[in-house]
Amino acid sequence: MPSTPKPTRVYYFGTCLVDLFFPDAGMAGIELLQSQGLTVVFPQGQSCCGQPAYNSGYRAEALKVALAQLDLFPGDDPIVVPSGSCAGMMKKHWPDLFRGEPDEAKAVQVASRVWELTQFLVHVLDVQLTDNGEPVRITWHASCHAQREMGVVEEPKALLRQLANVELVELKREKECCGFGGTFAVRHPEISAAMVGDKVADIEGTGAARVVSGDCGCLLNIGGALEAGAKAARGQHIAQFLKERIHGR
Amino acid sequence: MDGNAPDFAAASRAALADPQLRGNFRRAMDGLMTKRAAQFAEPAEWHGVRALAASVRLRALSKLPELLEKLEENCTRNGITVHWAATTEEANSIALDILHKANAKLVVKGKSMVTEEMHLNAVLEKDGIEVLESDLGEYIVQLDGTMPSHIIMPAIHLNTKQIAHLFKRKIKDAESREDAAYLTDLARRVLRAKFQAADVGMSGVNAAVAETGTLCLIENEGNGRMCTTVPPVHIAFMGLEKVVEKLEDVPPVISLLPRSATGQPITTYVNMISGPRKSGEKDGPREVHLVILDNGRSSIYADPELRDTLRCIRCGACMNHCPVYTKVGGHAYEAPYPGPIGKILVPQIEGLAKRGAMPHACTMCNACVEICPVKIPIVEIMGRLRVEAVKPGGAVKDGGAKASRAEAMVWSGWAAMNASPTAYRIATVAMSRLGNAAPSSLPMLKEWTNVRTKPRFAGRTLHDLARAKGIPDV
Repeated sequence: MPSTPKPTRVYYFGTCLVDLFFPDAGMAGIELLQSQGLTVVFPQGQSCCGQPAYNSGYRAEALKVALAQLDLFPGDDPIVVPSGSCAGMMKKHWPDLFRGEPDEAKAVQVASRVWELTQFLVHVLDVQLTDNGEPVRITWHASCHAQREMGVVEEPKALLRQLANVELVELKREKECCGFGGTFAVRHPEISAAMVGDKVADIEGTGAARVVSGDCGCLLNIGGALEAGAKAARGQHIAQFLKERIHGR
Repeated sequence: MDGNAPDFAAASRAALADPQLRGNFRRAMDGLMTKRAAQFAEPAEWHGVRALAASVRLRALSKLPELLEKLEENCTRNGITVHWAATTEEANSIALDILHKANAKLVVKGKSMVTEEMHLNAVLEKDGIEVLESDLGEYIVQLDGTMPSHIIMPAIHLNTKQIAHLFKRKIKDAESREDAAYLTDLARRVLRAKFQAADVGMSGVNAAVAETGTLCLIENEGNGRMCTTVPPVHIAFMGLEKVVEKLEDVPPVISLLPRSATGQPITTYVNMISGPRKSGEKDGPREVHLVILDNGRSSIYADPELRDTLRCIRCGACMNHCPVYTKVGGHAYEAPYPGPIGKILVPQIEGLAKRGAMPHACTMCNACVEICPVKIPIVEIMGRLRVEAVKPGGAVKDGGAKASRAEAMVWSGWAAMNASPTAYRIATVAMSRLGNAAPSSLPMLKEWTNVRTKPRFAGRTLHDLARAKGIPDV
């Protein structure tokens, strides 16, 4: 297979949850890409992919927000997103959302350039990581949309397995939803609580000090439940975890 | 809210408060998922057989009106009397007419979800006709006075101990033994006597073959064969979407169904019913009737996107894999079809005024879509129903029934903030600096913080950090 030349410049779509709650993870993603020699462009006009309104039945509002992002990524450079869920919204749902709209062609073009961060690190950049951290046991939580909309299943685990001092213990029910589901968590708080309860028990069963994930919705949910339950494990975004391992802390 | 609307939130709270129920479902669904996965260990085989089954269902739906006519023609030629019912009321009165003509006092039934949809048992009992469910799971829930909690395994919410207690209470001379073999044998003895005495047997249909006029019925206990061969009259019920074109379309469906549902390669019994007893034959019913129910299905059919709902072969695998269903069980939905397929089918049949909340009982995790043997885009249809619930003028009954001016204003404000970089910047900077002061008693935060700490705003946004680090903007 002919190898495609690696890009030299990428756009970064940070997502609203990263922006507000996990900006350090967002910066870590940018730095991982920069460490591979890439120029990373962060358009300051960006806000949200539109998913919250899209999934709540408010398509016109979702369209308005998505439309405001479209012109921020001119050209052909890849768009890297540190979230499987927001990447899935852009890649899979924007073409549907813009169907029959004047900007449909542009939306389809932008959607085709979207990558989830770990997918990009593995498949496009073929990154080789060096672990400088202390030995630690972790587990991996797979976000539903990363797995089932972006097809990202093995990539993050492949990155984590490159780290010599990291012991990755997989969850028993790795593929099961943590119960976040956007507005689901507040529409059905008791069911969501039961779901994250099962997830926390699964995490505890691994004896991991950290649960690493690629989606901030899951991390708000699982991390918040771990803290509220005074559990030993803590949640962390994979970008930040990788950065810390490379830097040895 | 509609006074008669089922309250999923309240029902699910009750289910979650029952540790026995939660344990039963968790264990059962974990087991079923493992068994299904073992059936499809070879991805290439799974993708191939799934594509085949999906194409069988798509082809059938693409010419549904034509196939239904052909089915009627060929069933009639085989001696099966075909009845059309636009509504469940019509279907019930057709059933009652047949029963009255047969002077029926006792009916035995095999599993049929369409008759659950019709609430047929209640109608028959009101008419003074004794009706007995003969599928073991259905028999258990009938004894218990409840409804099926799963479309394939109706009594999956109960464990052996609970069933032993139920039998002890309800069956004469039952011993108190928590032994599955003993309990099954006990039910078998009760049912055998009824099969011999029944005036009419009833069943569902897994697939009806248009080109041959054959009704296919798969089952594990043999009760379905008893119901359809021993009593002098057999009435089969099907939703109008269950038709397939050719006999060769049947194997992919009846093999994928049990593999997906219970992880069995094939069911113990595969019945192909092609008409009543012919002269010179020693067994079989003297009359066979087929009741074909619409009940909103033709409206679903009319919409090209919603039509995919009708591909369903009722395997129930979506329930087994649904993290919501796994937590609350089937009864919380208060509907004949629970779980993911129920969340898209029931609102389309019963309308969004009554069932508009149902499509929101979902995290959109797509686990159901991943395993659906006929590739129904369940979550996409769920999204469509969420739109129609708040927006009048769509294809689904009672569109706009859940529209709320307050909610619409929230989303409108959200869109205004996120569509303007300036507004977004002001709002996010304000939230970052001040958001952590929000009290946990605020409406949405309160639900969130019941089991979680409050989300902590980071103080500086990624926009701030990127600007400070000199990350280029263009």
